Amino acid sequence: MHPRQRNDVRPSEITPERVYRQRRELLKMLGIGSVGLVAGCGSENAPSAAIAEDSSATEKPLTIAKKGEYTLPDPQTSFKDATHYNNYYEFGTDKSDPARTSGRFKPTPWSVEIAGHAELTGKFTLEDILKPHALEERVYRHRCVEGWSMVIPWDGISLADLLKRFKPTAQAKYVAFTTVNRPSEMSGMRSAVLDWPYREGLRIDEAMHPLAFLSTGLYGRELPNQNGAPLRLIVPWKYGFKGIKSIVKIEFTDSRPRTTWNLAGPGEYGFYSNVNPDVDHPRWSQRTERRIAGDGFNLFGNRIETKPFNGYADQVASLYAGMDLRKNF
Amino acid sequence: MFRDRIAASKPLVFLLCLVPLAALVWDTIQNELGTDPVAQLEHRTGLWALRLLLATLAITPLRRVTDWNKAVRYRRMLGLFAFFYVNVHFAVYLFIDLGGYSADIVEQIAKKPYITVGFTAWLLLLPLAFSSTQKAMRRLGRRWGQLHKLVYAIALLALLHFLWLVKADKREPLAYIAVFALLMLWRLPWKKLSSPDRRPSPPPRTHAPQTQSD
Repeated sequence: MHPRQRNDVRPSEITPERVYRQRRELLKMLGIGSVGLVAGCGSENAPSAAIAEDSSATEKPLTIAKKGEYTLPDPQTSFKDATHYNNYYEFGTDKSDPARTSGRFKPTPWSVEIAGHAELTGKFTLEDILKPHALEERVYRHRCVEGWSMVIPWDGISLADLLKRFKPTAQAKYVAFTTVNRPSEMSGMRSAVLDWPYREGLRIDEAMHPLAFLSTGLYGRELPNQNGAPLRLIVPWKYGFKGIKSIVKIEFTDSRPRTTWNLAGPGEYGFYSNVNPDVDHPRWSQRTERRIAGDGFNLFGNRIETKPFNGYADQVASLYAGMDLRKNF
Repeated sequence: MFRDRIAASKPLVFLLCLVPLAALVWDTIQNELGTDPVAQLEHRTGLWALRLLLATLAITPLRRVTDWNKAVRYRRMLGLFAFFYVNVHFAVYLFIDLGGYSADIVEQIAKKPYITVGFTAWLLLLPLAFSSTQKAMRRLGRRWGQLHKLVYAIALLALLHFLWLVKADKREPLAYIAVFALLMLWRLPWKKLSSPDRRPSPPPRTHAPQTQSD
């Protein structure tokens, strides 16, 4: 049994990777284009149009129990773009590096340590962590602090649902996350561009907000290594770097955790890092963003206005009532 | 047909300088610029502008080391191509990247240090480009050399522009800064060490006008 297989997927539903890879090679040889590829994608999960066009998708399909609660009218980013344009410095600082260099990374077996102010702490396998939860698809806007954005269908579970299982105590004011520290599998860690391992954090009420999400997949497939396999955070109203990848530790703390980019540039990256067009980054304007979405030729006209809280103000603005967001950026 | 080998090789150098542009156009047409084509266009045009600028600054050390004085005759072309790529770089930023928000450029120049220095470098290049003709050289006389000393400031600003726009991994801009530093250091001792018969060392204050100033 594959450790990352969800228990609600019957083995018969999954085409073994070896088999569909062979099929795909055959199709390629025969010159059959993307239409033929769908056959190898596991039709139960009805791969989206975005994935069907891409032949490089080799991640296992997931069974998604819930869909449609979080959708967006915006055109989605293609699977290829979402998986080949990544800021994941552990695999290199160029956005094309992670897709190229993350092949050696082993996201299985995986365990996550739950620590700090909670009734239930310890080390848990990823399977144990995910078992009680049904996977859900959520389409979120993803806004990078560098001024580009994507629209991505993530698969995963509500962060709050997971955290509640460990019964955080009254002292749990913050939640701190840590990325795996594996320089042997992550070539980018050999250079000290950041203070490894990568750390992020949320205030407990932010973490418990229904929009906060833990992703184990995207586009109906398991997370590719370059997107933060096997478990990553998605906080859609914050800049992308808050979405810490390959999480190995979740700790409930009583004081504000130190976070990696905030340590690297306190004047540039705040602890909150809520998407805010009114607070400029010293390097990038945050008033507008370049949307990477759709397919084909989008050289022109993809600049759009950035919305407060990345368009999620109605849901999350109340978390920050009374706070000076220019100071608490 | 050509006066000498340098003159004969100039069309070739000219074509070589167009290769990066041709590659960009090709990649754009083929949709091979990756996920963020705009960023690629900006990065590559910027890099080529910087490389060509550094190439112009490499001419003097090259002459000192190899005695190949005629190399200076390539310099204007390299400099003008640097200017050309800077213009493409700026145009891509202004009309494609900012796109419908081109008016934001004013705010960007005022507020974003890396854009401030980049824009300043472009401004300073303008008088150099427009005074690059033989006629301008003759008319400006010794002031031409003084004017063209601006190239050092331009290179510095361009390097700062690169350094400041990078988020965390500064290795690439630092490599270019190292090349620039090397080209500068090369100048200092070589000026004094170069054979006195070819270049009589002038008294410190009354520097002889150098038409091909560097």
